[in-house]
Amino acid sequence: MSFPWAKNYEPQQPLMKWLDEKLPLPRLVYNAIGAGYPVPRNLNYFWNFGVLAGVALVIQIVTGIVLAMHYAANAGVAFNSVEHIMRDVNAGWFIRYAHMNGASMFFIVVYLHIFRGLYYGSYKAPREMVWLLGVVIFLLMMATAFMGYVLPWGQMSFWGAQVITGFFSAIPAVGDPIRVWLLGGFAPDNAALNRFFSLHYLLPFVIAGVIILHIWALHIPGSSNPTGIEVKDEQDTVPFHPYYTAKDGFGVGVFLLLFVTLTFFSPNLLGHADNYIAANPLSTPAHIVPEWYFWPFYAILRAFTFNFLWIDAKLWGVLAMFAAIALLFFLPWLDSSPVKSSNYRPLNRIFFWVLVADVFILGWCGKSPAEQPYVLLSQLGAAYYFAHFLIILPIISRIERPLPMPNSITEAVLAKHADAPSAATA
Amino acid sequence: MASETDTTAGIEDGVRRRDFINIAAVSFAGVGAAAVVLPLVNQMNPSADVLAQSTTEIDISAIQPGQAIKTSWRKQPVFVRNLVPAEIAAAKKVPLSDLRDPQTIDERTKPGKENWLITLGVCTHLGCVPLGAAEGENRGDFGGYFCPCHGSHYDTAARIRKGPAPKNLVVPPYEFNSDTVVTIG
Ligand code: HEM
Ligand code: FES
Repeated sequence: MSFPWAKNYEPQQPLMKWLDEKLPLPRLVYNAIGAGYPVPRNLNYFWNFGVLAGVALVIQIVTGIVLAMHYAANAGVAFNSVEHIMRDVNAGWFIRYAHMNGASMFFIVVYLHIFRGLYYGSYKAPREMVWLLGVVIFLLMMATAFMGYVLPWGQMSFWGAQVITGFFSAIPAVGDPIRVWLLGGFAPDNAALNRFFSLHYLLPFVIAGVIILHIWALHIPGSSNPTGIEVKDEQDTVPFHPYYTAKDGFGVGVFLLLFVTLTFFSPNLLGHADNYIAANPLSTPAHIVPEWYFWPFYAILRAFTFNFLWIDAKLWGVLAMFAAIALLFFLPWLDSSPVKSSNYRPLNRIFFWVLVADVFILGWCGKSPAEQPYVLLSQLGAAYYFAHFLIILPIISRIERPLPMPNSITEAVLAKHADAPSAATA
Repeated sequence: MASETDTTAGIEDGVRRRDFINIAAVSFAGVGAAAVVLPLVNQMNPSADVLAQSTTEIDISAIQPGQAIKTSWRKQPVFVRNLVPAEIAAAKKVPLSDLRDPQTIDERTKPGKENWLITLGVCTHLGCVPLGAAEGENRGDFGGYFCPCHGSHYDTAARIRKGPAPKNLVVPPYEFNSDTVVTIG
């Protein structure tokens, strides 16, 4: 599905013609990321992060499969097998550091991708399904990263597993049996480690499958763009190849540069030193922190320190944490403004940045110990997070007066370059 | 032609033979699928060898009054604490209405052996091991145990007093084999 002016795939060589008749795979590629896919001409660098997320997933799968060749998922030897990868396996340290930091890079890219969507209203019709599938990918990524972090069987691995599976015991009545069922024991042990490894291997491929659906759904209306105005005619678009293959290629270069800088110069910057101590079921580290990408959600979890109504603090925390993500599923319907891009939404633009600040504050609280002032800050931060989506956004989308909008993407682009000499001839 | 008329045989009562075959086949496949899901779900439960670790014997003779030890049962930490009379008295003084999970110390110890407080060392919030069993560790605001993960305070009967944990530390099933040996599980 595409615009009527999309170029048609016309193989020239006999071999490609033959292939096109039997299995039109090159045609699929041509129409998806080749010259046959028209894309708005005005995409900025924030539109690179989808491709970058795909690159990050490939890096995780390649490094992960290699790690699995040397790793042993047994509670008795898992920790040592990771040390064996680090010290004995040829280039093992590189593969493991790449996988460890690859996970962080993956989340950096995906968070930027998500906030791009929030700012430019990419979640709105006709792209709701693209957004919903994106939230599914985000959930799967979190599950994958959590289970991956358990595999080295260090102190943070073990206690992370204990705390996260402890969420389930908050469910009334059936909570404890569910937790025991998930762990295959009464505390994290061999059974849990093995099933986490099995699922950690599986989920990235499930993610790859959902990404295919995500892109399929995207290619029906095509990409949005910084103005949020839909494509009207051929003037508004350029073919994906060579324009965006080049732009994405440049982005991949920058991404890889940052990635290798992190991997080679401070591979443990984003990790936690306690995970280089082997798991000890009898001693909890003084300060349990999850990986950085979970900090904001961890802060929301810990914000509930008091029982409220008939629900106890623990269950509230768990519900709030899951609700913070589940809320994103309803976003397309919470924001009723017909204008997509916050460039034309003066109020939404302000509250967008307040939300960004709020998430950073929550992240900082999630990383800090559970004492004052962080407890109070997480409570305020969590309250604001929910208020943003449930109160502020629905209200401003009704009262806000959008700025005057250009009639088309082309008009917006030309207006922006009106002073440039070349624009006169464009 | 012939088969087409066959499928509509008996159409007067609105039910075709094919409808019956359809429902029967799908139901049968459904039962089959459910029967396969059962072992797939059940394999996740603790295996026989994990369950076999279900009892542990502990020698408590070396624990002096005021001291506690940490041991393990079913791979979970267990605290065995020899309470001093002042700690028992402190626990008894608390009115039940002050407690989040109301239980008396008598309900949490064995008759005649109320100085022996045996609980899991698993915080009922999210499962960290609370501090306070080893010498010199922080025992929290109520002199029992303190969980550093999210700040839960337990009293001298290991009952939750402050912080996010909803329940008292769990008292596992146990018996005194003799004055100095306890079997947990
Ligand atoms: C969505 C993609 C993936 C993410 C986000 C991810 C994340 C992680 C994380 C955070 C760790 C812990 C690193 C550490 O602290 O040592 C880890 C470990 C591991 N992962 Fe992945 N992973 C992904 C894909 C894969 C794949 C496809 C495999 C293939 C089997 C794999 C195999 C492993 C292995 C064997 C370990 C343990 C070795 C180690 O700790 O370095 N991963 N993963
Ligand atoms: S696990 Fe003990 S307070 Fe959260």
